[in-house]
Amino acid sequence: MQTSVKPSSLADVANAKAPKVPGTAALGTGLETRGVHAWFGKHHALSNISLDFAAGTVTALIGPSGCGKSTFIRTINRMHEFIPGAAMAGEVLLDGKDVYAPGTDVTKIRLQIGMVFQKPNPFPSMTIGENVLSGLKLAQLKVDNKDDLLQECLERAGLWSEVKDRLGAHGGSLSGGQQQRLCIARALAVRPQVLLMDEPCSALDPGSTLRIEDTIRHLSDTMTIIIVTHNMQQAARVSDYTAFFLSDGGPGQMIEVAPTSEIFSRPQDSRTESYVTGRFG
Amino acid sequence: MSTQELVIPAPREIVTEPRRSDKVFRGVVTGGGLSSLVILGLIAIFLGYRGFEVLRQEGIGFITHSDWSISTDDAGNVLDSHFGLAAMLVGTILCSLIAVVIAVPISVFSALFLNFYAPGWLKKILITIIDMMAAFPSILFGIWGFLVLMPSVEYWAKLLHRYLGFFPIFDMQVPVYTRSPFVAGVVLSIMIIPIITSVSREIFSQAPLDRIQAAYALGATRWAMIKAVVIPHGRSGVIGGAMLGLGRAMGETVAVFTVLNIVFQVNWQMLLGAGGNVASLIILKFGDASPYEIKALMAAGLILFLLTLVVNAIANLIVKTTGKSGR
Repeated sequence: MQTSVKPSSLADVANAKAPKVPGTAALGTGLETRGVHAWFGKHHALSNISLDFAAGTVTALIGPSGCGKSTFIRTINRMHEFIPGAAMAGEVLLDGKDVYAPGTDVTKIRLQIGMVFQKPNPFPSMTIGENVLSGLKLAQLKVDNKDDLLQECLERAGLWSEVKDRLGAHGGSLSGGQQQRLCIARALAVRPQVLLMDEPCSALDPGSTLRIEDTIRHLSDTMTIIIVTHNMQQAARVSDYTAFFLSDGGPGQMIEVAPTSEIFSRPQDSRTESYVTGRFG
Repeated sequence: MSTQELVIPAPREIVTEPRRSDKVFRGVVTGGGLSSLVILGLIAIFLGYRGFEVLRQEGIGFITHSDWSISTDDAGNVLDSHFGLAAMLVGTILCSLIAVVIAVPISVFSALFLNFYAPGWLKKILITIIDMMAAFPSILFGIWGFLVLMPSVEYWAKLLHRYLGFFPIFDMQVPVYTRSPFVAGVVLSIMIIPIITSVSREIFSQAPLDRIQAAYALGATRWAMIKAVVIPHGRSGVIGGAMLGLGRAMGETVAVFTVLNIVFQVNWQMLLGAGGNVASLIILKFGDASPYEIKALMAAGLILFLLTLVVNAIANLIVKTTGKSGR
């Protein structure tokens, strides 16, 4: 897809978005990473990533495969440490507090920073309704009205009208795109401040992709979203800011970050320009 | 040439001629696959053939009555005989169930510990030890159970009787705690822990990583993740492992023979020192049995064989009906 696209047209796409409406909910002060490095054993995967994610914005992370984008977002909600031998350095600040500080309750961090994975992964033993509310059970949270929350989350994920009559069906009975929206609804139910999305549309058809992009635009009114994508059209369509990652054989680095329309119209770095114009990657 | 009418042809027969090497290999694996069936069938036929006379003589009483007596004259001719397995069958089922009830929770917790909590070095050591337990000679389990375990188990039995005696199975009239089905069940449970642990560990380790990550990403603690993802995924496998253990417990001979007092009276009171066990009966009587009694023991073997088959069939049914969820 990206090979035939001229930078100016992606910039047009980026500019065509509806202007940002300031959110009504309290968003916190956002998320910041300072000098984040990551290792897998001896392999240095990611070097010195410092990024600011303003509250209520969508930031797209683009770059060729293996440049550390996914690793980077997994350091943000501390999923990185599940991999044996994984290590990190630097700080990830959520509302000014380091999520790696000693004594931090890591389960609370993951409640505040939700995640949607590349492959839809609903819990197959649970119904659609149970899937959406599974986070409450897993984290032992109490809510007053579960039905309202269920409907709200499914509506925000753009799935309510399709499943409202079969909430008792199993999650696995949905199509891939519906499953991914179910996973988004599930992530929303615990009311995260930040939502990390790791190539959420890479396994989906174009129609489902558009629906999810629509969902992302709506969600960004109330939360900070970071999305990893290989689809530059998608980055242009949904994001306010774009960061370009690249590995030159060594650890992945962040080459450039700027408002999305600038990345696609006048990138500062020649490597960014080569990538967004489809000369490599 | 007509374009309107489409003649629908008959489906073609698709014939593939396998290569010679493929045929040879197919023969080898077919032989291997069928050999277990043939061996099992031959054993069943042998037991049925040898036991037929006794089975015909005793009829249904062979599994509903509980006596085992034979009287012969000086020349060795059988004057009178009564063979009934009811007490032995009840005892076999009772001991095996006790073993499974004790072993399954221990095994499941061991498997969870090994997969999700144990540090790598400890995991390796423990897996080796548990696998070694499976290969340990059962006579040694029996002797250890008799000499070392029995006094402790008797003490537990007394506690069970004192505090839970209102349950019929923990009740007893005569305070005889030695060599009870409970003792045999505890020894058997130790013998079947390795197989159940090993099956559970295998199935738990196959819990899909993407769902484990999904649970963690939703703020789950490790235990919450295990409850939501690992246990639903592994449930049918654990049941399967438990049934394998049950099968082994029912067929176990020497260890039970060492610790169980065999009495020809149906007894559901697990703490009372009077039990039964088909396999132990065979080893008990085989040594000095007359030719006719040996036939009775062969028939008993056939019944045990059938009981094991029935239990395995039930196990398969359970695994099939519960297997769908969680995958």
